[in-house]
Amino acid sequence: MKEVAIIGGGVTGLEAANKLAQLGYTVTIFEREKTPGGHVAQWDRLFPNRRNSMEVVNEFKSHLNGNPAIFLSTAIDKISRKGARFTLEAKGKSFDADAVLIATGFELFPAEKKEEYGYGIYDNVITSAELEAMFKEHGYPVTKSGKQPQRIAFIHCVGSRDEKVSRPYCSKVCCVTAVKQSIEVKEAIPSAEIYCLYMDLRMFGPGYEDLYKEAQQKGVNFLRGRLSETSELEDGRVLIKTEDTLSAKPLKMSVDLVVLMVGMSPAEGTSELIAGLDLKPNKDGFVEIIDQHINPVKTKAEGIFTAGACTGPNNITDSVNAARSAAIEIHQYLSSK
Amino acid sequence: MRYPTFTLPFTIGLSFVLLYILVIWTIWIVRLSRREQKIVWKRLFTLRTIKAIWESFREGLLHHNIYKKNAVLGFMHMGLAFGWFMLIVLGNFEARLYPHGVINPPYYPIFFEFFRHDLTPLHEYEEIFTFLMDFFLLLVMTSIGLAFFKRFRSRALGMRRTTKHILIDRVAITALWFIFPLRLFAESVTAGLYNTGHFFTNFLGQWVIYNLPLDYLYYPAWWAYSISLGVFFIALPFSRYMHIPTEILLIFLRKYGVKEKNNHSTFTTIELNACSRCGICIDACQLSTTLNISDTQPAYFLRDLRYSKPNERLRETCMLCMRCLDACPVGIEVTQIRKNERNEFPLFGTSNYDYLSEHKYPKAKVAYFAGCMGHLTPSVIKSTLALFDEAGVDYTFIDKDGSICCGRPLQQNGQVDAAKQLIDKNNTIINETNADVLVTSCPICASEFKHNYRLNMPVLHHSQFLNDLAKQHKLTFKNTGEKIIYHDPCELSRGLGITKEPRELLKNSFILEENKKNTGEKSLCCGGSLGITNTSLPQKMAIASDAVFQLYDGKTNLLATACPMCKKTLAMAQETVKVLDIAEVMLNNLEPKKKKVQSQKEPAEAEVLS
Repeated sequence: MKEVAIIGGGVTGLEAANKLAQLGYTVTIFEREKTPGGHVAQWDRLFPNRRNSMEVVNEFKSHLNGNPAIFLSTAIDKISRKGARFTLEAKGKSFDADAVLIATGFELFPAEKKEEYGYGIYDNVITSAELEAMFKEHGYPVTKSGKQPQRIAFIHCVGSRDEKVSRPYCSKVCCVTAVKQSIEVKEAIPSAEIYCLYMDLRMFGPGYEDLYKEAQQKGVNFLRGRLSETSELEDGRVLIKTEDTLSAKPLKMSVDLVVLMVGMSPAEGTSELIAGLDLKPNKDGFVEIIDQHINPVKTKAEGIFTAGACTGPNNITDSVNAARSAAIEIHQYLSSK
Repeated sequence: MRYPTFTLPFTIGLSFVLLYILVIWTIWIVRLSRREQKIVWKRLFTLRTIKAIWESFREGLLHHNIYKKNAVLGFMHMGLAFGWFMLIVLGNFEARLYPHGVINPPYYPIFFEFFRHDLTPLHEYEEIFTFLMDFFLLLVMTSIGLAFFKRFRSRALGMRRTTKHILIDRVAITALWFIFPLRLFAESVTAGLYNTGHFFTNFLGQWVIYNLPLDYLYYPAWWAYSISLGVFFIALPFSRYMHIPTEILLIFLRKYGVKEKNNHSTFTTIELNACSRCGICIDACQLSTTLNISDTQPAYFLRDLRYSKPNERLRETCMLCMRCLDACPVGIEVTQIRKNERNEFPLFGTSNYDYLSEHKYPKAKVAYFAGCMGHLTPSVIKSTLALFDEAGVDYTFIDKDGSICCGRPLQQNGQVDAAKQLIDKNNTIINETNADVLVTSCPICASEFKHNYRLNMPVLHHSQFLNDLAKQHKLTFKNTGEKIIYHDPCELSRGLGITKEPRELLKNSFILEENKKNTGEKSLCCGGSLGITNTSLPQKMAIASDAVFQLYDGKTNLLATACPMCKKTLAMAQETVKVLDIAEVMLNNLEPKKKKVQSQKEPAEAEVLS
């Protein structure tokens, strides 16, 4: 039976593995973290319907029954071509495969790179991922001193559409995530004042625009303007400065909590991994696909396929579609061999 | 003696150039402002004049400044200028010592060898004169050889690039290059015929070219020499060689205290004419060394400004980092000239600053101003204030929430009026604090405060102030024994001359890894400059990573700097070294000696403004 190796056990890797196993291949997933599910498993609830993210992860995980098999805490160090097959090295061992799917996903933008936003410097500046963790833990956000914040600012496009940090691309999902989180905060702390500082609101998916409308109706304030700088006040609150570009006025306010909507950055190590296969990342640093319209899951290297957020920012729907698409491509490739 | 026709080109050329210089100098001096004329007049009979004479000799003839930077290049310029000068002086002495008639026309000493073949009337001086004349001719010929070589292989003389010249400069340089080989030839022909000259010309005439039809070459050779001189003199006022007479005037005016103002003046015209387009500025410029943009440096900018107007690209493609200012052997204030030129072409629309409000801050001994860039690097502010608290400094943070720009970015882009609004507002805020000293984290602000504000208190950069605190033992640091690289920010080193204090401060905890080539006043620009608006982010990053690469020696991965802009840019561009502000590294190595002093900061109440 032909073997397929999948690098990355997020929703993309899990779903591709499931389909390939159904098609009759021996599938092995290599996941460098301790648990499968990738970033989705770290999230509390998903947009647009705010379902529990573990529902989705558990559904994909439920197919892990020997084939597909998964190796956790196993980071692939090297992939090399060996004749018509591939050798993957991890933890000093090597594994062979007839085809490889790269599904290494993304990494959250390291917010400390945007020093003026104060992440890592001020206590009450957190990332959107940390807010999800708070929701998971106690169902509402808290400030460093353990209080419920009464005024919260969501900062859009942190590490997205920002040439200054070499991230010129849009991360797609942060707008709707901010809208979702702002509603959740409002529901958890009805007295809280919420401000979203945005450039544009890119509500591209089904139900996203509805969510935006709901947020407005629930009293979330949307201010068009990028954050310029932050400073910390005596009481631990954060003073933020921006420009309300719709009224062309500089504006500042003190808030209890700043949530940075960190974008998607290329996963660390992926470009080094594919370099061994003579594959170069695209201009934004993600895995390059052959053709974004006609063949979005193939790479220039024969037998190497890719899907999910390692090819660029994606939502779950797009990643799962890409995973299935990759499974079919791999099936065709292996059947014709 | 019949008038020697062949000297005509020389005589015409010399008369023309002398007359031209006389007229143009008169025009320039008359056109200086009243104030400038007054100070020149007042200082004319002081030691400054003596100093100016000495400097003219040192720079105009010996080219000491070039020599300091590049010995071979210095020798080349010295050989040509000083050698030629000595030929003229010695030629005159020789001609004067020689018994002659009443008339001693200017061409006489120049073509002395043509007129006199028997030098015995010079008696005991014959040997020494003929020797020296040959010696200096050899010196000049060596320089010409080097110059010729430099045109085609500039690297051999330590120049990566040499200036590309316009037509009039090519005419002048060609004539110049011909003068001395032709003189050598004419004198050698004469020596071949009459056994004149010394070790050089006599040897060539008697032993090398004796087979040539010297009789027929005699007149043409002297004609050719005279023509080349004539052409050079006529071309001089319109070419780069106008720098020769102008530099002398410039040295004198500068010694008397005349300098560039905030707009172009007659002094600017003099500076423009004093540029020799030697091209030393091209190699000093990181736009050239890193980005290969080698046609916008001062040599070209000043040239175009002298003849007409530089185009937009020429005017705007400059980081205003002042490295060329440091490199220029003539000391032309090119950065100021460029800023003044930009004032005529402001970038960006005019802005409305009505929203600026004055904030009241509590009084304290020290006024701390973080600056915009400081606010974009909160770790710098946090570390600086933590050190202030540790040392028990009585301070007030005067741009805590009303951060008003110091005005520099606007000034660099020609927005003089807008900048003035900000400067006035800030000036009031700062003066009203009545503090003993103003401390800022940003060297750009510090330079602006020092040069363009009217403050009633001294201005210190935080590296200076923290160093003072360390010296007074108000701050003590652990000696880590680790190595560290220090990057001098342009505005701190070249702009304010502050290079010692940050090093002293760092030495409390570190061993400095010094890179002699790019240190102090010769430091590299981080590339983040707000003075340039037409480079892309990747280009800026290339300059930044190159700047780090030039300082990096593999012995340490820690780099300290003292400018929020440098810190941000250098950190963004590369991953090799960790870039921290001097306040951050020092805070990391603080030896806590007492319980944390209660913070001096007042609780700020800020509300949503709309």
